[in-house]
Amino acid sequence: MNYISIYNNQTIALNDIPVLGYKDFRNINLELLSDQPERHCVSYFGYKDNDKIKLFCCIADDATHQIYVSSSMVDMNTIRPSFSAQNHNFEKFEREIHENFGIPYSDHPWLKPYRYSHNRYDENKTIENYPFYKGQCEELHEVGVGPIHAGIIEPGHFRFICNGEQIMHLEIQFGYQHRGIEQLFLQKKKLLERTTLAESIAGDTTVGHTTAFVNLWESLCGYVPDPSLDYARTLALELERIAVHTGDLAAICGDIAYQLGNAVLGRLRTPMINFFQEWGGSRLAKGLIRAGKINYPFNQEHADRLNEILKAYEPDFGEITEKLFRLPSALSRMEKTGVVSYNEVLEIGTVGMAARMSGLKRDIRTSHPYNLYGKTIVHQPVLKHHGDVYSRAQIRKEEIKQSIGYLKKLIANVPEFNKPEDVSLTPASGKFVLSLIEGWRGEICHCAITDDSGNLVAYKIKDPSHHNWMALAQAVRNNDISDFPICNKSFNFSYSGHDL
Amino acid sequence: MFDNLKIMWHQGKQFIPDVTTAKVPGIFRGRPLISMANVDETVLTDLCPTKAISGNPVCIDLGKCTFCGECAVQFPDKIRFTSDYKLSTNERERLIIKEGDEASIMVNPENVRKEIHRLFGGSLKLRQVSAGGDGSCELELNATNNVQFDVSRFGIDFVASPRHADGIVITGPISENMAEPLEICYNAIPNPKIIILAGTDAISGGIFTGSPALNRSFLDNHPVDLYIPGNPVHPLTFVNGVLSLLRKG
Repeated sequence: MNYISIYNNQTIALNDIPVLGYKDFRNINLELLSDQPERHCVSYFGYKDNDKIKLFCCIADDATHQIYVSSSMVDMNTIRPSFSAQNHNFEKFEREIHENFGIPYSDHPWLKPYRYSHNRYDENKTIENYPFYKGQCEELHEVGVGPIHAGIIEPGHFRFICNGEQIMHLEIQFGYQHRGIEQLFLQKKKLLERTTLAESIAGDTTVGHTTAFVNLWESLCGYVPDPSLDYARTLALELERIAVHTGDLAAICGDIAYQLGNAVLGRLRTPMINFFQEWGGSRLAKGLIRAGKINYPFNQEHADRLNEILKAYEPDFGEITEKLFRLPSALSRMEKTGVVSYNEVLEIGTVGMAARMSGLKRDIRTSHPYNLYGKTIVHQPVLKHHGDVYSRAQIRKEEIKQSIGYLKKLIANVPEFNKPEDVSLTPASGKFVLSLIEGWRGEICHCAITDDSGNLVAYKIKDPSHHNWMALAQAVRNNDISDFPICNKSFNFSYSGHDL
Repeated sequence: MFDNLKIMWHQGKQFIPDVTTAKVPGIFRGRPLISMANVDETVLTDLCPTKAISGNPVCIDLGKCTFCGECAVQFPDKIRFTSDYKLSTNERERLIIKEGDEASIMVNPENVRKEIHRLFGGSLKLRQVSAGGDGSCELELNATNNVQFDVSRFGIDFVASPRHADGIVITGPISENMAEPLEICYNAIPNPKIIILAGTDAISGGIFTGSPALNRSFLDNHPVDLYIPGNPVHPLTFVNGVLSLLRKG
């Protein structure tokens, strides 16, 4: 076989992954993706193995629920044909590989710096000198925004090329948030240090990234979690989804100057995150998800309290969203604004909400189930077809309602929790493991590789923002620049998840 | 029109009337109490992911603490986190809580610059800069201005331009790639100006301490006026911290 088929969270021996020549490696993975919308690349990365680079490509198949993993060993100097020239899904992945290891590509269409990581191959490339695309035309002008933005958000630089008020092109420059997380995963040896790192990948997706990490870690250590742990993680994931979607709907209202919607939805987020605090002591669920245990067991009192909160939330949420989606002045700002078509999202390879908004059915809860998904919770993705701000807002509203249903189902049967006690978790040696999660934003992928002594030699994190930022750049084309904020907020991608 | 009024009516009163005495719901990990109980200090100090705990006597440095609560779970007789969210101070060493300490954490009015109350006591405009922050402190700082915490009522606002600002609020461990933009932003704020560090990452680097991707030299060159611990900072911690800095000394 040219690749090995594995399931989500399955640990396999590193030696079982076929090592191919680069030519075969490239052909096979391109072939796997050709005209197959149910397949996409969830991770493509490399790590240094002596003086060579070992590349791993992981293609998820939503129809078979499998992930096809293949690898190749390459040196750093030979110029090679890129995957991206044939399939744009790989564009970001290859830029990252090029930045980290200097592997040259002969035909990569957009081989620009990716995040200016501290351990990049070419230190002469600095963040002040990013090679922006230029419009060589007197009629066009450029607008630069950031890295520091007007509001209280993370930094990144947007460079627009405009014709008057109309955006012709947007290029987004990243790297400002780079903290060296992947490297720290290797350096810090204690489980709690690594868990804390996972909690800090993207602060709005604490549960998502930490769950991806602990699911992976337990699998790597051969530990089968108690069903109560799966229960707590599933519950927390859906709670996080409701909280962020509510906050983002508030922000969309803010961007279209619908003050009442902004205030009401903004305050509706509070009981959700306050419930995280009642349960685990942190409004953003830091400290809640742990490998092999949970320090804050979920009990019947919590269930009753959550039930109360949901009961109070639902009528208020229903009332304000019904108003919002009937308000002509709001609809006119949302409909046909920031459109990304099905073909475009397919070409970019977007995941999560940024795929479902345009009719591309990608949802790990259905395609590669984990924790209680596929068991207690049989999930049907919410699909929209217009790919505009309205579709994205609708998805959020409907997913909130769906998640409330899941929460109610979960709290109807609270399992017995064990006392929080550390279990012994030792990573197996010479293994490869991949963990997929559907966070509120979309698919999160963590991969780990251990050497013969059980030490981590690679820890690869992929936030959905890695794929999806390009969808924002496409969405704003031909829109007025004044619609940029609402386009941006309707996606709400992560800078820190991208920059790591 | 009537729909909107009805919605407003259904919301009732959402704002917290007194942010200085408000209670936080459930278990909140605020100011810790460390008892004099005897424990294996090596195990305890080794437990902490950010080396915030030191031994002999046992101390927790809230500038390094991620408030994960693991120490309190494993050593419940030794460490207990109270729901006291007033954690801010203008002196770094006041964030170090010793065993037996029960006093509140406060701003030392002696060391607050006199012009701060005079100039900013009634109105403080802040420019926030996220320098490698994961977005959690940023979310909580945004929350300070929602209808519940409503920090604007005290004349405290976040503004877009550093030219309009009286000070800077830094979140995140200060990444190398943000070091220069941060410096430029700070320089663009007119004098006199204040610096607030919000969150464990900003105060000490947190879990990222020692990462080669950071550049914290900004803090070697500029004095800090207020430290607000938290991971992330709770809106009440922020509001109370800033109010106590602005208070008449």
